[in-house]
Amino acid sequence: MFNKLYSIINFQYSPLGGGGGLTKRIIPCLDIKDGRTVKGTNFVNLRDAGDPVELGALYAQQGADELVFLDITATVEKRKTLSELVNRIAHHINIPFTVGGGISSVEDVSVLLQNGADKISVNTSAFKRPGLIKELEKQFGSQCVVLAIDTKKEEDGEWYVYLNGGRTKTEMKCTDWAKRGVELGAGEILLTSMNHDGTKAGFAIDITKELATTLPVPVIASGGGGTMQHFVDIFEEGKADAALAASIFHFKEIAIPDLKAYLKDKNIEVRI
Amino acid sequence: MDDLSISGKNIVPPSGGGGGLVIIKYNAGNIQSVLYALERIGMKAVVTDNHEEIKNADKVIFPGVGEANSAMQYLKERGLDELIKNLKQPVLGVCLGMQLMCKYSEENDTECLGIFDEKVMKFSPQPLKGSYKVPQIGWNTIYDLKSDLFKEVPHNSYCYFVHGYYAALGKHTIATTDYVQPYSSGLHLDNFYGLQFHPEKSAKVGEQILKNFITLI
Repeated sequence: MFNKLYSIINFQYSPLGGGGGLTKRIIPCLDIKDGRTVKGTNFVNLRDAGDPVELGALYAQQGADELVFLDITATVEKRKTLSELVNRIAHHINIPFTVGGGISSVEDVSVLLQNGADKISVNTSAFKRPGLIKELEKQFGSQCVVLAIDTKKEEDGEWYVYLNGGRTKTEMKCTDWAKRGVELGAGEILLTSMNHDGTKAGFAIDITKELATTLPVPVIASGGGGTMQHFVDIFEEGKADAALAASIFHFKEIAIPDLKAYLKDKNIEVRI
Repeated sequence: MDDLSISGKNIVPPSGGGGGLVIIKYNAGNIQSVLYALERIGMKAVVTDNHEEIKNADKVIFPGVGEANSAMQYLKERGLDELIKNLKQPVLGVCLGMQLMCKYSEENDTECLGIFDEKVMKFSPQPLKGSYKVPQIGWNTIYDLKSDLFKEVPHNSYCYFVHGYYAALGKHTIATTDYVQPYSSGLHLDNFYGLQFHPEKSAKVGEQILKNFITLI
Protein backbone atom coordinates (compact mmCIF):
# COMPACT_ATOMS: atom_id res chain seq x y z
CA MET A 1 0.00 0.00 0.00
CA PHE A 2 2.72 2.39 1.06
CA ASN A 3 4.89 1.29 -1.81
CA LYS A 4 2.04 1.69 -4.24
CA LEU A 5 1.47 5.20 -3.05
CA TYR A 6 5.13 5.97 -3.46
CA SER A 7 5.20 4.73 -6.99
CA ILE A 8 2.38 7.05 -7.90
CA ILE A 9 3.79 10.04 -6.11
CA ASN A 10 7.21 9.49 -7.53
CA PHE A 11 6.00 8.90 -11.00
CA GLN A 12 7.13 12.17 -12.47
CA TYR A 13 9.66 13.16 -9.85
CA SER A 14 11.20 9.78 -9.32
CA PRO A 15 13.40 10.36 -6.33
CA LEU A 16 12.75 9.46 -2.82
CA GLY A 17 15.79 11.38 -1.80
CA GLY A 18 17.36 10.23 -5.02
CA GLY A 19 18.81 12.65 -7.50
CA GLY A 20 16.80 12.13 -10.58
CA GLY A 21 16.10 8.78 -12.18
CA LEU A 22 17.06 7.52 -15.58
CA THR A 23 18.75 10.13 -17.74
CA LYS A 24 18.47 10.92 -21.40
CA ARG A 25 21.56 9.64 -23.18
CA ILE A 26 23.94 11.38 -25.57
CA ILE A 27 25.58 8.90 -27.93
CA PRO A 28 28.34 9.81 -30.34
CA CYS A 29 28.42 7.46 -33.29
CA LEU A 30 31.68 6.49 -34.91
CA ASP A 31 31.40 5.05 -38.38
CA ILE A 32 34.32 2.74 -38.98
CA LYS A 33 35.98 1.93 -42.25
CA ASP A 34 39.28 0.04 -42.32
CA GLY A 35 39.81 0.78 -38.65
CA ARG A 36 39.26 4.54 -38.94
CA THR A 37 36.21 6.69 -38.18
CA VAL A 38 34.34 8.27 -41.05
CA LYS A 39 31.03 10.05 -41.37
CA GLY A 40 29.00 10.50 -44.49
CA THR A 41 26.48 13.17 -45.30
CA ASN A 42 23.29 11.46 -46.42
CA PHE A 43 25.33 8.25 -46.40
CA VAL A 44 27.79 9.39 -49.08
CA ASN A 45 30.92 11.60 -49.24
CA LEU A 46 32.92 10.03 -46.44
CA ARG A 47 35.38 12.12 -44.46
CA ASP A 48 38.02 10.85 -42.07
CA ALA A 49 37.63 11.85 -38.45
CA GLY A 50 40.35 9.98 -36.66
CA ASP A 51 41.22 6.94 -34.65
CA PRO A 52 38.16 5.23 -33.16
CA VAL A 53 39.74 4.23 -29.87
CA GLU A 54 41.27 7.62 -29.23
CA LEU A 55 38.13 9.45 -30.24
CA GLY A 56 35.93 7.09 -28.23
CA ALA A 57 38.04 7.51 -25.09
CA LEU A 58 37.90 11.29 -25.52
CA TYR A 59 34.11 11.22 -25.77
CA ALA A 60 33.86 8.98 -22.71
CA GLN A 61 36.02 11.40 -20.77
CA GLN A 62 33.89 14.32 -21.92
CA GLY A 63 30.72 12.69 -20.61
CA ALA A 64 29.28 10.71 -23.52
CA ASP A 65 26.84 8.18 -22.08
CA GLU A 66 27.48 5.45 -24.61
CA LEU A 67 29.21 4.99 -27.92
CA VAL A 68 28.10 3.34 -31.12
CA PHE A 69 30.63 1.93 -33.59
CA LEU A 70 29.22 1.11 -37.00
CA ASP A 71 31.44 -0.83 -39.34
CA ILE A 72 30.20 0.44 -42.66
CA THR A 73 32.36 -1.80 -44.79
CA ALA A 74 31.95 -4.98 -42.83
CA THR A 75 32.76 -7.97 -44.98
CA VAL A 76 33.69 -11.51 -44.06
CA GLU A 77 37.41 -10.81 -44.53
CA LYS A 78 37.20 -7.73 -42.33
CA ARG A 79 35.55 -9.57 -39.42
CA LYS A 80 38.84 -10.23 -37.70
CA THR A 81 39.90 -6.59 -38.02
CA LEU A 82 36.62 -5.53 -36.45
CA SER A 83 36.83 -7.94 -33.52
CA GLU A 84 40.38 -6.77 -32.85
CA LEU A 85 39.23 -3.17 -32.89
CA VAL A 86 36.33 -4.03 -30.55
CA ASN A 87 38.79 -5.67 -28.19
CA ARG A 88 40.97 -2.55 -28.19
CA ILE A 89 37.95 -0.33 -27.56
CA ALA A 90 36.79 -2.55 -24.68
CA HIS A 91 40.19 -2.28 -23.04
CA HIS A 92 40.29 1.50 -23.17
CA ILE A 93 36.73 2.74 -22.69
CA ASN A 94 34.85 2.80 -19.39
CA ILE A 95 31.33 3.34 -20.74
CA PRO A 96 29.08 0.97 -22.70
CA PHE A 97 29.34 0.62 -26.43
CA THR A 98 27.37 -0.93 -29.27
CA VAL A 99 28.87 -2.44 -32.40
CA GLY A 100 27.00 -2.74 -35.67
CA GLY A 101 27.58 -3.35 -39.34
CA GLY A 102 27.26 -6.54 -41.32
CA ILE A 103 26.18 -8.69 -38.39
CA SER A 104 24.12 -11.60 -39.64
CA SER A 105 24.51 -14.54 -37.28
CA VAL A 106 24.69 -15.66 -33.68
CA GLU A 107 28.33 -16.51 -34.34
CA ASP A 108 29.13 -12.92 -35.46
CA VAL A 109 27.57 -11.57 -32.29
CA SER A 110 29.25 -14.09 -30.05
CA VAL A 111 32.69 -12.99 -31.30
CA LEU A 112 31.92 -9.29 -30.74
CA LEU A 113 30.50 -9.81 -27.26
CA GLN A 114 33.43 -12.01 -26.29
CA ASN A 115 35.72 -9.20 -27.34
CA GLY A 116 33.93 -6.82 -25.00
CA ALA A 117 31.07 -5.20 -26.92
CA ASP A 118 28.07 -4.51 -24.67
CA LYS A 119 25.44 -4.52 -27.38
CA ILE A 120 25.26 -5.20 -31.07
CA SER A 121 23.01 -3.63 -33.66
CA VAL A 122 21.41 -5.39 -36.59
CA ASN A 123 19.75 -3.80 -39.58
CA THR A 124 19.46 -5.28 -43.10
CA SER A 125 20.24 -8.85 -42.04
CA ALA A 126 17.45 -8.80 -39.46
CA PHE A 127 14.99 -7.42 -41.99
CA LYS A 128 15.84 -10.17 -44.44
CA ARG A 129 15.68 -12.85 -41.76
CA PRO A 130 13.67 -11.62 -38.76
CA GLY A 131 14.32 -14.90 -36.94
CA LEU A 132 17.84 -13.59 -36.35
CA ILE A 133 16.49 -11.17 -33.73
CA LYS A 134 14.78 -14.02 -31.89
CA GLU A 135 17.94 -16.14 -32.02
CA LEU A 136 20.03 -13.30 -30.63
CA GLU A 137 17.51 -12.56 -27.91
CA LYS A 138 17.44 -16.20 -26.85
CA GLN A 139 21.19 -16.54 -26.85
CA PHE A 140 22.30 -13.22 -25.41
CA GLY A 141 19.22 -11.45 -24.03
CA SER A 142 17.24 -8.54 -25.46
CA GLN A 143 19.36 -6.00 -23.56
CA CYS A 144 22.18 -6.44 -26.05
CA VAL A 145 20.09 -6.51 -29.23
CA VAL A 146 19.63 -3.11 -30.85
CA LEU A 147 17.48 -3.00 -33.97
CA ALA A 148 18.77 -0.23 -36.25
CA ILE A 149 16.21 1.07 -38.73
CA ASP A 150 16.96 3.49 -41.55
CA THR A 151 13.73 5.16 -42.54
CA LYS A 152 12.57 7.74 -45.04
CA LYS A 153 9.34 9.68 -45.32
CA GLU A 154 7.95 9.36 -48.83
CA GLU A 155 5.60 11.63 -50.68
CA ASP A 156 2.62 9.64 -49.45
CA GLY A 157 3.50 10.87 -45.96
CA GLU A 158 4.47 7.42 -44.71
CA TRP A 159 7.81 6.37 -43.25
CA TYR A 160 9.32 3.34 -45.03
CA VAL A 161 12.18 1.06 -44.07
CA TYR A 162 15.34 1.25 -46.18
CA LEU A 163 18.08 -1.36 -46.28
CA ASN A 164 21.75 -1.59 -47.21
CA GLY A 165 22.77 1.71 -45.68
CA GLY A 166 19.82 3.51 -47.21
CA ARG A 167 20.29 2.28 -50.76
CA THR A 168 17.37 -0.13 -50.98
CA LYS A 169 13.76 0.85 -50.43
CA THR A 170 11.26 -1.61 -49.00
CA GLU A 171 7.48 -1.51 -48.82
CA MET A 172 7.56 -2.07 -45.07
CA LYS A 173 6.37 0.79 -42.90
CA CYS A 174 8.79 1.83 -40.19
CA THR A 175 6.27 1.54 -37.36
CA ASP A 176 5.29 -2.01 -38.39
CA TRP A 177 8.89 -3.19 -38.59
CA ALA A 178 9.83 -1.58 -35.28
CA LYS A 179 6.87 -3.21 -33.54
CA ARG A 180 7.70 -6.59 -35.04
CA GLY A 181 11.34 -6.24 -34.08
CA VAL A 182 10.44 -5.56 -30.46
CA GLU A 183 8.07 -8.54 -30.44
CA LEU A 184 10.93 -10.70 -31.72
CA GLY A 185 13.18 -9.52 -28.92
CA ALA A 186 14.96 -6.27 -29.82
CA GLY A 187 15.74 -4.39 -26.62
CA GLU A 188 16.25 -0.99 -28.22
CA ILE A 189 15.51 0.77 -31.49
CA LEU A 190 18.10 2.96 -33.20
CA LEU A 191 16.04 5.06 -35.57
CA THR A 192 17.78 7.01 -38.33
CA SER A 193 15.76 9.39 -40.46
CA MET A 194 17.29 9.56 -43.91
CA ASN A 195 15.38 12.75 -44.59
CA HIS A 196 17.22 14.40 -41.72
CA ASP A 197 20.58 12.64 -41.61
CA GLY A 198 23.40 15.01 -42.51
CA THR A 199 21.15 18.07 -42.76
CA LYS A 200 21.85 19.49 -39.28
CA ALA A 201 18.29 20.84 -39.44
CA GLY A 202 16.99 18.90 -36.45
CA PHE A 203 15.93 15.33 -35.68
CA ALA A 204 12.77 13.69 -37.05
CA ILE A 205 10.39 14.51 -34.24
CA ASP A 206 7.19 12.89 -35.53
CA ILE A 207 8.36 9.36 -36.29
CA THR A 208 10.60 9.30 -33.22
CA LYS A 209 7.70 10.33 -31.02
CA GLU A 210 5.44 7.74 -32.60
CA LEU A 211 7.86 4.93 -31.81
CA ALA A 212 9.02 6.27 -28.46
CA THR A 213 5.50 6.61 -27.10
CA THR A 214 4.14 3.31 -28.39
CA LEU A 215 7.02 0.85 -27.99
CA PRO A 216 7.95 -0.59 -24.60
CA VAL A 217 11.69 -0.27 -25.31
CA PRO A 218 14.00 2.74 -25.55
CA VAL A 219 14.29 4.64 -28.84
CA ILE A 220 17.55 6.27 -29.90
CA ALA A 221 16.96 9.12 -32.34
CA SER A 222 19.54 9.61 -35.06
CA GLY A 223 19.99 11.97 -37.97
CA GLY A 224 19.76 15.74 -38.15
CA GLY A 225 21.13 16.98 -34.84
CA GLY A 226 22.85 20.28 -35.61
CA THR A 227 22.29 22.56 -32.64
CA MET A 228 21.93 22.03 -28.91
CA GLN A 229 18.29 23.05 -29.13
CA HIS A 230 17.69 20.17 -31.55
CA PHE A 231 18.59 17.79 -28.74
CA VAL A 232 16.18 19.54 -26.39
CA ASP A 233 13.47 19.19 -29.04
CA ILE A 234 14.03 15.50 -29.69
CA PHE A 235 13.93 14.73 -25.97
CA GLU A 236 11.01 16.99 -25.06
CA GLU A 237 8.82 16.78 -28.14
CA GLY A 238 10.13 13.60 -29.73
CA LYS A 239 10.22 11.73 -26.40
CA ALA A 240 13.45 10.02 -27.45
CA ASP A 241 15.31 8.09 -24.77
CA ALA A 242 18.66 8.85 -26.32
CA ALA A 243 20.04 10.93 -29.18
CA LEU A 244 22.87 9.93 -31.45
CA ALA A 245 25.04 12.17 -33.59
CA ALA A 246 28.37 11.95 -35.35
CA SER A 247 29.89 14.78 -37.32
CA ILE A 248 28.85 17.59 -34.99
CA PHE A 249 30.90 15.87 -32.31
CA HIS A 250 33.75 14.76 -34.57
CA PHE A 251 34.25 18.22 -35.98
CA LYS A 252 33.82 19.90 -32.59
CA GLU A 253 30.79 21.90 -33.63
CA ILE A 254 29.16 20.91 -30.36
CA ALA A 255 31.16 19.86 -27.31
CA ILE A 256 29.51 17.19 -25.16
CA PRO A 257 30.02 19.04 -21.83
CA ASP A 258 28.38 22.16 -23.32
CA LEU A 259 25.50 20.11 -24.68
CA LYS A 260 24.91 18.42 -21.33
CA ALA A 261 25.00 21.74 -19.49
CA TYR A 262 22.51 23.16 -21.97
CA LEU A 263 20.15 20.20 -21.53
CA LYS A 264 20.38 20.39 -17.76
CA ASP A 265 19.61 24.06 -17.93
CA LYS A 266 16.43 23.14 -19.84
CA ASN A 267 15.48 20.73 -17.06
CA ILE A 268 16.30 17.61 -19.02
CA GLU A 269 17.76 14.85 -16.89
CA VAL A 270 21.35 14.23 -17.94
CA ARG A 271 24.45 12.78 -16.32
CA ILE A 272 26.99 15.49 -15.60
CA MET B 1 51.78 -1.43 -4.89
CA ASP B 2 51.04 -0.11 -1.40
CA ASP B 3 50.33 -2.54 1.35
CA LEU B 4 46.87 -1.55 2.39
CA SER B 5 45.88 -1.87 5.99
CA ILE B 6 42.29 -1.07 6.77
CA SER B 7 40.46 -1.69 10.04
CA GLY B 8 43.34 -3.77 11.26
CA LYS B 9 42.95 -6.14 8.38
CA ASN B 10 45.85 -6.61 6.01
CA ILE B 11 44.80 -6.77 2.44
CA VAL B 12 47.12 -8.18 -0.12
CA PRO B 13 46.34 -6.82 -3.54
CA PRO B 14 45.28 -9.69 -5.77
CA SER B 15 48.11 -11.15 -7.77
CA GLY B 16 46.18 -13.20 -10.31
CA GLY B 17 46.14 -16.98 -10.00
CA GLY B 18 46.89 -18.90 -6.79
CA GLY B 19 44.75 -16.75 -4.55
CA GLY B 20 44.22 -13.37 -6.14
CA LEU B 21 41.13 -12.07 -7.76
CA VAL B 22 38.91 -14.51 -9.61
CA ILE B 23 36.04 -13.86 -11.98
CA ILE B 24 33.59 -16.75 -12.22
CA LYS B 25 33.19 -18.04 -15.75
CA TYR B 26 29.73 -19.27 -16.72
CA ASN B 27 27.24 -19.01 -19.58
CA ALA B 28 26.60 -15.28 -19.23
CA GLY B 29 27.82 -12.33 -21.22
CA ASN B 30 29.88 -9.36 -20.15
CA ILE B 31 32.52 -11.31 -18.28
CA GLN B 32 35.40 -9.95 -20.37
CA SER B 33 34.23 -6.40 -19.68
CA VAL B 34 34.81 -6.89 -15.97
CA LEU B 35 38.27 -8.25 -16.63
CA TYR B 36 39.15 -5.25 -18.83
CA ALA B 37 37.77 -2.79 -16.28
CA LEU B 38 39.99 -4.34 -13.62
CA GLU B 39 42.95 -4.05 -15.97
CA ARG B 40 42.18 -0.34 -16.45
CA ILE B 41 42.55 0.21 -12.70
CA GLY B 42 45.74 -1.85 -12.61
CA MET B 43 44.31 -5.12 -11.29
CA LYS B 44 44.76 -8.57 -12.68
CA ALA B 45 42.14 -11.27 -12.44
CA VAL B 46 41.67 -14.81 -13.60
CA VAL B 47 38.48 -15.87 -15.35
CA THR B 48 37.74 -19.46 -14.36
CA ASP B 49 35.09 -22.05 -13.48
CA ASN B 50 37.66 -24.25 -11.72
CA HIS B 51 36.40 -25.02 -8.21
CA GLU B 52 39.81 -25.01 -6.55
CA GLU B 53 40.83 -21.72 -8.13
CA ILE B 54 37.59 -20.09 -7.04
CA LYS B 55 37.78 -21.49 -3.50
CA ASN B 56 41.38 -20.34 -3.10
CA ALA B 57 40.81 -16.82 -4.42
CA ASP B 58 41.21 -13.82 -2.13
CA LYS B 59 38.17 -12.25 -3.74
CA VAL B 60 35.59 -13.40 -6.20
CA ILE B 61 33.57 -11.46 -8.76
CA PHE B 62 30.39 -13.05 -10.10
CA PRO B 63 29.36 -10.91 -13.08
CA GLY B 64 27.06 -11.51 -15.99
CA VAL B 65 24.37 -10.37 -18.33
CA GLY B 66 21.87 -12.96 -19.43
CA GLU B 67 18.86 -15.00 -18.46
CA ALA B 68 18.39 -16.30 -14.91
CA ASN B 69 17.01 -19.76 -15.55
CA SER B 70 19.62 -20.99 -18.00
CA ALA B 71 22.34 -19.43 -15.86
CA MET B 72 21.15 -21.24 -12.72
CA GLN B 73 20.91 -24.49 -14.65
CA TYR B 74 24.45 -24.05 -15.90
CA LEU B 75 25.76 -23.33 -12.40
CA LYS B 76 23.97 -26.38 -10.96
CA GLU B 77 25.28 -28.71 -13.64
CA ARG B 78 28.79 -27.73 -12.65
CA GLY B 79 28.25 -27.63 -8.91
CA LEU B 80 29.01 -23.91 -8.94
CA ASP B 81 25.76 -23.10 -7.11
CA GLU B 82 26.83 -24.84 -3.91
CA LEU B 83 30.37 -23.58 -4.32
CA ILE B 84 29.32 -19.91 -4.56
CA LYS B 85 26.92 -20.14 -1.61
CA ASN B 86 29.65 -21.52 0.60
CA LEU B 87 32.42 -19.08 -0.28
CA LYS B 88 33.93 -17.34 2.74
CA GLN B 89 35.95 -14.63 1.03
CA PRO B 90 34.40 -11.39 -0.29
CA VAL B 91 32.16 -12.08 -3.28
CA LEU B 92 30.80 -9.34 -5.55
CA GLY B 93 27.83 -10.20 -7.76
CA VAL B 94 27.16 -7.84 -10.64
CA CYS B 95 23.83 -7.47 -12.48
CA LEU B 96 22.65 -11.02 -13.23
CA GLY B 97 25.25 -12.22 -10.73
CA MET B 98 23.56 -10.17 -8.02
CA GLN B 99 20.10 -11.38 -9.04
CA LEU B 100 21.25 -15.00 -8.92
CA MET B 101 22.46 -14.41 -5.36
CA CYS B 102 18.88 -13.58 -4.37
CA LYS B 103 16.27 -16.10 -3.29
CA TYR B 104 14.07 -16.24 -6.35
CA SER B 105 13.69 -14.57 -9.74
CA GLU B 106 10.47 -14.07 -11.64
CA GLU B 107 12.54 -14.49 -14.80
CA ASN B 108 11.29 -17.88 -15.95
CA ASP B 109 10.27 -18.74 -12.39
CA THR B 110 13.78 -19.46 -11.15
CA GLU B 111 14.93 -20.58 -7.71
CA CYS B 112 18.23 -18.80 -7.18
CA LEU B 113 21.11 -19.15 -4.72
CA GLY B 114 19.24 -17.72 -1.74
CA ILE B 115 22.12 -15.74 -0.27
CA PHE B 116 19.95 -12.61 -0.07
CA ASP B 117 16.29 -12.92 0.98
CA GLU B 118 15.22 -10.29 -1.52
CA LYS B 119 13.13 -11.42 -4.47
CA VAL B 120 13.79 -10.46 -8.06
CA MET B 121 10.77 -9.20 -9.99
CA LYS B 122 10.02 -7.89 -13.45
CA PHE B 123 9.57 -4.18 -14.01
CA SER B 124 6.10 -3.40 -15.32
CA PRO B 125 6.52 -1.44 -18.54
CA GLN B 126 4.50 1.75 -18.69
CA PRO B 127 5.22 3.14 -22.15
CA LEU B 128 1.98 5.03 -22.47
CA LYS B 129 2.91 7.20 -19.54
CA GLY B 130 5.96 8.35 -21.44
CA SER B 131 8.51 6.74 -19.21
CA TYR B 132 9.64 3.53 -17.57
CA LYS B 133 10.48 1.28 -20.44
CA VAL B 134 11.69 -2.25 -19.87
CA PRO B 135 14.51 -3.11 -19.79
CA GLN B 136 15.82 -0.06 -17.99
CA ILE B 137 18.80 0.97 -20.09
CA GLY B 138 21.04 3.84 -19.15
CA TRP B 139 22.36 5.99 -16.35
CA ASN B 140 20.48 6.32 -13.10
CA THR B 141 21.43 7.46 -9.61
CA ILE B 142 22.29 5.43 -6.53
CA TYR B 143 21.51 6.80 -3.06
CA ASP B 144 21.17 5.72 0.57
CA LEU B 145 24.64 4.24 0.27
CA LYS B 146 25.47 2.09 3.28
CA SER B 147 28.74 0.29 2.72
CA ASP B 148 32.47 0.86 2.38
CA LEU B 149 31.92 -0.37 -1.15
CA PHE B 150 30.71 3.17 -1.85
CA LYS B 151 33.48 5.03 -0.07
CA GLU B 152 34.21 8.31 -1.86
CA VAL B 153 31.19 7.73 -4.09
CA PRO B 154 28.88 10.72 -3.70
CA HIS B 155 25.21 10.28 -2.90
CA ASN B 156 23.24 10.37 -6.19
CA SER B 157 26.15 9.32 -8.37
CA TYR B 158 25.18 8.08 -11.81
CA CYS B 159 25.78 4.45 -12.68
CA TYR B 160 25.01 2.42 -15.79
CA PHE B 161 22.09 -0.01 -15.61
CA VAL B 162 20.79 -2.58 -18.08
CA HIS B 163 18.10 -4.81 -16.64
CA GLY B 164 14.49 -5.86 -16.93
CA TYR B 165 14.24 -7.40 -13.45
CA TYR B 166 14.97 -5.82 -10.09
CA ALA B 167 15.58 -6.89 -6.51
CA ALA B 168 13.05 -5.42 -4.11
CA LEU B 169 14.15 -3.29 -1.17
CA GLY B 170 14.91 -5.36 1.89
CA LYS B 171 17.07 -5.69 4.94
CA HIS B 172 20.19 -6.32 2.85
CA THR B 173 19.81 -3.19 0.73
CA ILE B 174 22.93 -1.02 0.75
CA ALA B 175 22.09 1.19 -2.24
CA THR B 176 18.77 2.33 -3.66
CA THR B 177 17.73 3.42 -7.15
CA ASP B 178 14.36 4.63 -8.41
CA TYR B 179 12.84 3.15 -11.52
CA VAL B 180 9.08 2.56 -11.54
CA GLN B 181 9.63 2.25 -7.77
CA PRO B 182 12.61 2.35 -5.43
CA TYR B 183 14.56 -0.91 -5.52
CA SER B 184 17.88 -2.41 -4.39
CA SER B 185 20.79 -1.34 -6.55
CA GLY B 186 23.17 -2.80 -3.96
CA LEU B 187 22.87 -5.69 -1.48
CA HIS B 188 25.14 -6.93 1.28
CA LEU B 189 25.15 -9.85 3.71
CA ASP B 190 28.30 -10.98 5.49
CA ASN B 191 30.95 -11.58 2.80
CA PHE B 192 28.48 -11.28 -0.08
CA TYR B 193 27.93 -8.06 -2.02
CA GLY B 194 25.75 -7.44 -5.03
CA LEU B 195 25.37 -4.54 -7.47
CA GLN B 196 22.56 -4.24 -9.96
CA PHE B 197 24.40 -1.71 -12.12
CA HIS B 198 27.61 -2.31 -14.02
CA PRO B 199 30.59 -0.78 -12.21
CA GLU B 200 32.75 -1.94 -15.12
CA LYS B 201 30.77 0.40 -17.41
CA SER B 202 30.04 3.23 -15.00
CA ALA B 203 32.96 5.50 -15.85
CA LYS B 204 34.93 6.91 -12.88
CA VAL B 205 32.26 6.09 -10.30
CA GLY B 206 32.35 2.44 -11.27
CA GLU B 207 36.12 2.35 -11.14
CA GLN B 208 36.02 3.75 -7.61
CA ILE B 209 33.57 1.04 -6.52
CA LEU B 210 35.73 -1.72 -8.01
CA LYS B 211 38.78 -0.24 -6.29
CA ASN B 212 36.87 -0.16 -3.03
CA PHE B 213 35.88 -3.81 -3.36
CA ILE B 214 39.48 -4.76 -3.93
CA THR B 215 41.10 -2.58 -1.28
CA LEU B 216 38.49 -2.03 1.45
CA ILE B 217 36.26 -5.08 1.59
